[in-house]
Amino acid sequence: MARITAGVGCSHVPAIGVAMDTGITDQPYWKPVFDGFKKSREWMKENTPDVIFLVYNDHCTAFDASCIPTFALGCAAEFQPADEGWGPRPVPVVKNHQKLASHIAQSLILDEFDITIMNEMEVDHGLTVPLSVMFGEHGPDDEWPSLVIPLAVNVVQYPAPTGNRCFNLGKAVRKAIESYDEDLNVMVFGTGGMSHQLQYKRAGLINPEWDKRFLDMLTEDPVGLSKMPHVEYLREAGSEGVEMVMWHVMRGALNDEVKEIHRHYHVPASNTAVGHIILENV
Amino acid sequence: MKKDYEDIPGTFVFDADRSREGYHLNQFCISLGKQKNRDAFKADPEGYLDKYPMTPEQRQAVLDRDWNRLLELGGNIYYTSKLAAFDGINFQNLAGLMTGMGVEAYREMMLKGGRPIEGNRYKSEWGEEE
Repeated sequence: MARITAGVGCSHVPAIGVAMDTGITDQPYWKPVFDGFKKSREWMKENTPDVIFLVYNDHCTAFDASCIPTFALGCAAEFQPADEGWGPRPVPVVKNHQKLASHIAQSLILDEFDITIMNEMEVDHGLTVPLSVMFGEHGPDDEWPSLVIPLAVNVVQYPAPTGNRCFNLGKAVRKAIESYDEDLNVMVFGTGGMSHQLQYKRAGLINPEWDKRFLDMLTEDPVGLSKMPHVEYLREAGSEGVEMVMWHVMRGALNDEVKEIHRHYHVPASNTAVGHIILENV
Repeated sequence: MKKDYEDIPGTFVFDADRSREGYHLNQFCISLGKQKNRDAFKADPEGYLDKYPMTPEQRQAVLDRDWNRLLELGGNIYYTSKLAAFDGINFQNLAGLMTGMGVEAYREMMLKGGRPIEGNRYKSEWGEEE
């Protein structure tokens, strides 16, 4: 049977991808960002999963304003890195576990989650940057060490799904994975955030106390955390801080009790705080 | 209808109303994600803009690269940033321009930990009406 072993929460700042792609991760500005992923990469090497269920948001790349699905599940055989305005990132093509993906789609829909099924999709930095920080540099001719099932969540047009909805979706994802009849080690990634605002006159907002409390509660009181209303994300963590709802899908897919393996927090990376956490099922 | 998220200073929450207002503007911006469209816009900006039925104000804000005005007229940052990328402006420098601080001062603020939350939660703290 397939089983979920761990969850990873991780920012997906585009500039982190650029820093890796242009080989400047040792520069003083970037070194503290990447030092925080050293332990994560070692842990990933020792615990490489067969499949990563990766929750992220598309940044108006695969989806434009003409079609805005709240939850879109990647069911294609593979996903090419997208051109986001300056050419595609030089990273491997993302390969799916297609049978598991379609099993999850069926299971979620029968569990009353309305999932959009994507049989053609390009993936942007929201998905590729977390793979890069966790697996290290991989070029376009390499392969990612794990298969990846993408779940794109709308956090661009308000309202994003609630934290509670995402948390419950995580539980349904777990049920789907655990009912799949193949011995697979699966990890769930929740990506995006922490506090940041990219737009208008309040751009540059950073709220470290809020971010740290979010990480504490994610480990210790995920149900309480999942009740946080959108207006609090928007006010306290910035208009783009609402991306953090995606971490609830990851947490909902894990056990009630988890072991925190690693945590990393740093300001700044471009406009944002970088946040990262690894939680293992116990 | 009262929106609880409208009492945040210096912020536009991109909701369904803004999405409706900014639709053609945002669709123009996102088209610049493709090389062939970037080439076409570069070769003939006005002719390329004719394909998108924006309001005259939106069209002018595009031509003026008035980044805040684009947001005021229903633009969303993930879309307008494609226009900035077309001009070679990265996300951090775009933020510097939108805040009115300028690129250097903004970068310096981020290095020092960013804009603090104190004094930046409610419109009244900025001396603005709710």
